[in-house]
Parts: sequence; C-alpha cells; structure tokens
Amino acid sequence: MASAAKAKQLDFAKTPINSKLSAQQKVRLLTEMVRIRRFETESLRQYQAKKMGGFLHLYNGQESVAVGCVSLMGDDDHVITAYRDHGHALAVGMTMNECMAELFGKVTGCSKGKGGSMHFFAPDKNYWGGHGIVAGQTPLGLGLAFALKYKGVKGAAMCFMGDGAVNQGCFYESLNMAALFDIPVIYIIENNGYSMGTSLARSSSFKSCLAERAEGFNIAWGQCNGTDIYEVRANVQTAIERAHNESKPTVLEIATYRYYGHSVADAKHTGGYRQKEEIENYKQNHDPIQIFKRRLLEEGTLTEEQYEQLDEAAKAEAATAAQFADESPIPSEESITQDVYFEVDRQTEAGRTGKHFFNS
Amino acid sequence: MALIEYRDALNQAFAEEMERDPNVVLMGEEVAEYDGAYKVTRGLWQRFGSKRVMDTPISEAGFIGMGIGASMLGIRPVMELMFWSFAAVAWDQIINNAAQVRYMSGGLINCPIVIRGPANGGTNVGATHSHNHENFLANIPGLKVVCPATAYDAKGLMKSAIRDNDPVMFMENTLLYGEKGEVPEEEYLIPLGKADVKREGTDISLIAHGRAALTALKAAELLAAEHNINAEVVDLRSIRPLDEEAILASVRKTHRAVYIEENKPFCGVGAQIASMLQEKAFDDLDAPVLRISSMDAPAIYSPELEKKQLPRPLDIVEKVLSIC
Ligand SMILES: Cc1ncc(C[n+]2csc(CCOP(=O)(O)OP(=O)(O)O)c2C)c(N)n1
Ligand SMILES: [Mg+2]
Repeated sequence: MASAAKAKQLDFAKTPINSKLSAQQKVRLLTEMVRIRRFETESLRQYQAKKMGGFLHLYNGQESVAVGCVSLMGDDDHVITAYRDHGHALAVGMTMNECMAELFGKVTGCSKGKGGSMHFFAPDKNYWGGHGIVAGQTPLGLGLAFALKYKGVKGAAMCFMGDGAVNQGCFYESLNMAALFDIPVIYIIENNGYSMGTSLARSSSFKSCLAERAEGFNIAWGQCNGTDIYEVRANVQTAIERAHNESKPTVLEIATYRYYGHSVADAKHTGGYRQKEEIENYKQNHDPIQIFKRRLLEEGTLTEEQYEQLDEAAKAEAATAAQFADESPIPSEESITQDVYFEVDRQTEAGRTGKHFFNS
Repeated sequence: MALIEYRDALNQAFAEEMERDPNVVLMGEEVAEYDGAYKVTRGLWQRFGSKRVMDTPISEAGFIGMGIGASMLGIRPVMELMFWSFAAVAWDQIINNAAQVRYMSGGLINCPIVIRGPANGGTNVGATHSHNHENFLANIPGLKVVCPATAYDAKGLMKSAIRDNDPVMFMENTLLYGEKGEVPEEEYLIPLGKADVKREGTDISLIAHGRAALTALKAAELLAAEHNINAEVVDLRSIRPLDEEAILASVRKTHRAVYIEENKPFCGVGAQIASMLQEKAFDDLDAPVLRISSMDAPAIYSPELEKKQLPRPLDIVEKVLSIC
C-alpha cells in the first residue's frame, strides 16, 4: 500500500503542472530538447572544422534541465547561468543563427562576436548570460531577484550552476543574503557528476547531497533526477511558487550527465577520469530525450514519423545556422572599442567629457 | 555657500539623488542602522527606511555582486566598501562582471552602479587597510574611477556618478571625511572627466589626484613663499575618464610638470600621465616629468614612519627645486 502510494507519487506526469500540458506543449518540450542537441552536435562539427576559437562546453545529456526549467518561466521570471550556456539560450528563445554566429565570432552573433561561447546574453528574453567565472553568476542571480523584489514584481531569478561551483565562497555569501533578505532566487545545481576531470566525490564533502548545504542557511532545498523532464518541472514549479508567493529562495539540485568532455579540449574524458561504460549507461538508460520520446510514443502523443520530422528539422536548422554564421561578416575593427561604456556609445554629455580610451 | 564636512557633502548627494530617483539604493556594511562606519550615510536610514538603505553582511563578493546583478535590471545601487582595500575580496565581481557585462553582451546590458568608500593610507591601520586601487581599476576598460579631494568635488562628482550609466569606482579618503569645504546651497553637478585647476601658476604644473592634490596646494604655497616659484595645481578629480586637455594646457603654459599621488610608483597614475606628456608635449617641456608616489613598500604601521611614506609638501618642494 505504502509502496504503491510512493510509486504513484513518483509519476511526475500526474503533478498538476505536467498533467495540464496539451499534446502540442509536450511535443514542444521534446522539440526544444532535440534542437539543443542538434545545435550542440553541429557546433562540435564546426569546432572541429576550426570555425571557432576558444572553449566549447557542450550541453548534450543535460537538455531536460534547461528546457524543463525555462518552460515554467512567466513574464517576470529570469535566468542566468554559467559558461555551459547554449542550452539555456536556445530554451529561452534565442535563435540558432545568433548563437552559432557568436561561436564563429561574427557580427551577427548575439553579442556581436564580443562574448563567445561562454557569454551569450538576451536581456529581452530575461536571459542574463552566460558567465565564465565559476560561480561568479551566483551573486548576480541574487541581484536580479533582489531587483524584482525591490520593484514589487512577482517573479523569480533562476540561477544555474555546476556541481563544482558550489565550492566557491560567493555562493555561500549569496545563500546567506538570499535567506536573510527573503530574495526570490532559485539556485539550480546541475549536478553532472564532474567539474572538469574531478568527480563529485573528489571535489565536495557533503552529507546526503550538495543542496542539503542550504539547510544551514534555513533555505528550502530539494534534490531530483533530471532524466525525466516532468520530474524537473514538478520540482522547479514548487520553487517558483515559493519565490512568487513567499518571496523565498530555494536550492534545487538536479542529477544529470554530460556526454562529451568538460569542453572540446577535454579528450581524456573517456577512459580517463570516467569509463566508457558509464557514459554508455547514461546514453542507453537515462537519456532525457529518449525517455521523453518513448513516453510520448507510448501514450500516443507522438508518432515515430513525427519524431523523425522534428529531428530532421532541428538538424536542418542547425546546419542553416552554421551556414549563416559562416557567411556572416566578422565585426569591424572599430567595434573593438564600442560597447565598453554606455555613455560613450550613446555620445551623451558624460560620454563626450574626458578621455575614455587610451589608445594613442 | 555653507561650510560643511566632506562626509556631509557626500551625504547630501545621496539624499538628493535618492529623492530624485526611487531606484537609488544604498547598501553596505553598517551603512543603515549604525549610520556608516564613518558616518557618511548618517540619518539616511531613518529618513528613507530599510528598503532604500540596507545593511549587508560582511560578504563583499556577495553584496557587490548582488548590486551588480540588480543594476543590470535597472536598480541604481550605491555600494559602500568599508575600505576600498576590501575590494580585493570582491575583485572578481568588479573586474569580471561590472566591467565586462556590457562588452560581452554586445551592448545589451549596462551596469549603473557606484562602488564607493575610502581608499587611502596614512591612518596607521597597517598594510591590509591602506590600499589605493585607482591605478588598478583605471586599467580596466569599462570602469570609471573618481577621486575627489574636497567637499565641493565630492558632492558634485557623486551626483554625476549616481546618474552615470556605467560602473563608477568612487574613492574617498578617511583623512578627508572631516575636512570642511564650501558647498553651494543650490544643486550642482560636476561632470566626470573634468579636471580642476585648484591654483593658477606659471612656473610648474603640480598635477595630482585625491588627497595628494591638497598636499600639492600646500607645497605650492611653500614654493611661492620661500622660493619665488609660482606653481599651478591641477587636480584631476577623475582618473578615467581623464581630462587630458587640462593637463596639456597647463604644461604648455608652465613647461614643467611633477605628478603627485598616494599610489605606489609602479604603473601608478603618474606613469600614465608622464608617458602621455612625453608623447604629446615633448617640445613644450623644459625638464623631465617627475613623479612622487607613496614609498614603494607595503603601508607601514608605525605612526611616525607612515607619515613619511606618503608624499609630504616638502617632498614636493624638493622635487620641484631639482628641475626649477
Ligand atoms: C574561478 C574559476 N576557477 C576555475 C575555472 C576553470 N573551470 C572552468 S569550468 C570548471 C569546472 C566547473 O565544473 P561544474 O561547476 O561542475 O560545471 P560543469 O562544467 O560540470 O557544467 C573549471 C575548474 C573558472 N572558469 N573559474
Ligand atoms: Mg559539473
């Protein structure tokens, strides 16, 4: 009896936020995850073709987290994340073209080629980056949520971070202030088991999980599995309601997995710090796209044929984005010193007073 | 005109700007209920309440970062660092977030924040509490750096800093908080990037920022009284943006220049100015540009010795005599 109740409770399809989804909305969730995967796979191909510089941190395997969380955003909910930021960017509605062009360092990129892979932004879509310093975004997320509260807006800021980021001091400073000032921030720890080549066990000391550290700050916390996008949505919805209705923070840890190395430069990830079998196990048994696809096929929301179509469309969209990026111009040399100071860009009186740049 | 303390000039700037713009918020350690570690914010918590004047925990990285994040959404935080020395703890937030977010977003996001507090030596609090960061911070494109020396400048520059849409690093001085100066009753603003000639002269330009500008004024009086040298004192007031024209105009008149600052010598602000002068006013110069900084060692505690570590009027007189 008790275990039956538990099994029922664990079917996240039945939680109100999921049970009310229309067939179309469900297919949309799947499509968004597939689009991210196809985008990432295409960017890897383009990286290998030497179309971009720097780092490339792929999101393959973690798609259910960004898509699940972002699917719950209202007009006044905001997102900020770390450098593994392409999934969140596409999920909030940034186009593949502007994202791919940014990777290529082109003027048509979302940051005009000034940010690169780790620094995507779209404030018009409530997306505040894209941050390269591990945990550097955690006080910023607090500040976004502070601003919402200050303005009297019913909203939340979802601040994503990795399992390695939880060991930075500014995160704890932020947790303390979030609780002290009742700030509607939601810290979402995407626990993919590794920070670069260091496993969770080798990087962090904890009791039951990382999120439990919030207990000491008297902050509500939770832990869930990211394999099932419904489970992600159910847990995040609780946190969003807490933020909206009580103006209280939450720390939510979501178990997930990345299929590629830390970045494309991390060639040792198979057979080095983790085994091939481990990766295969995730791909075979825990892949968020396959699991959700199977669910939709079984319940008759989707046909295999429709899936093929949406997958092909995502693939084509990514290929078109690569072509767009390739054909786009690089930024002008003058643009190197633009977008540094607001006042200079706008040529306000302040921007016209005194010397702002010291190039001789 | 009223004769008021430097700290009260700042206080007036906060109050006026908070009245004008409901998005202006003061935050920092002890700024609210305790009235500020140096009483710069005194009375403001009573007047504006806890929403507008907020005490933060001792978490510089956390609260400076929170202010930066809030500014991205249109709040205009004025953040107090109890000492600018403690910015070292918040360095990542200032350097990587406040300074870069506009650029890395291709101009989509801006960061209208003021980070302020005292940045000075000379108070016998030892090396950890006596740093001057203006040269470090002015090195970062995206940041603005302001160092007022007088009550009048402090108020006018603070009002402009709060209205500015870029991150402004505002450096005060604990030795100046109690100094009185004339401040007009009516509203005024001083633009960033405008130097002030604090004493007109013909024989040499003493160029300085922060408290060193006042030291230069004292030196100029000695030079006039004892050596018949008529020195001009140019107070930069802001380091970035920089009023290069005012410096050049002065040097073209006097043909000699000494830069005085309380920074350390290596890559100090004076190094930038000296380089600029040799490039742009080489033919106008009758002598090498000299520099005076704090003595190149960590700030010593010993009260008698610390006085000697910072530039004194006689140090300036001596340097001037070597080229006049
Ligand atoms: C302050 C800082 N230290 C180190 C790095 C280098 N670095 C980048 S990502 C990373 C691992 C972070 O892992 P995690 O937080 O688990 O995120 P994931 O990469 O798994 O998404 C490290 C060490 C950095 N960018 N910033
Ligand atoms: Mg990780």
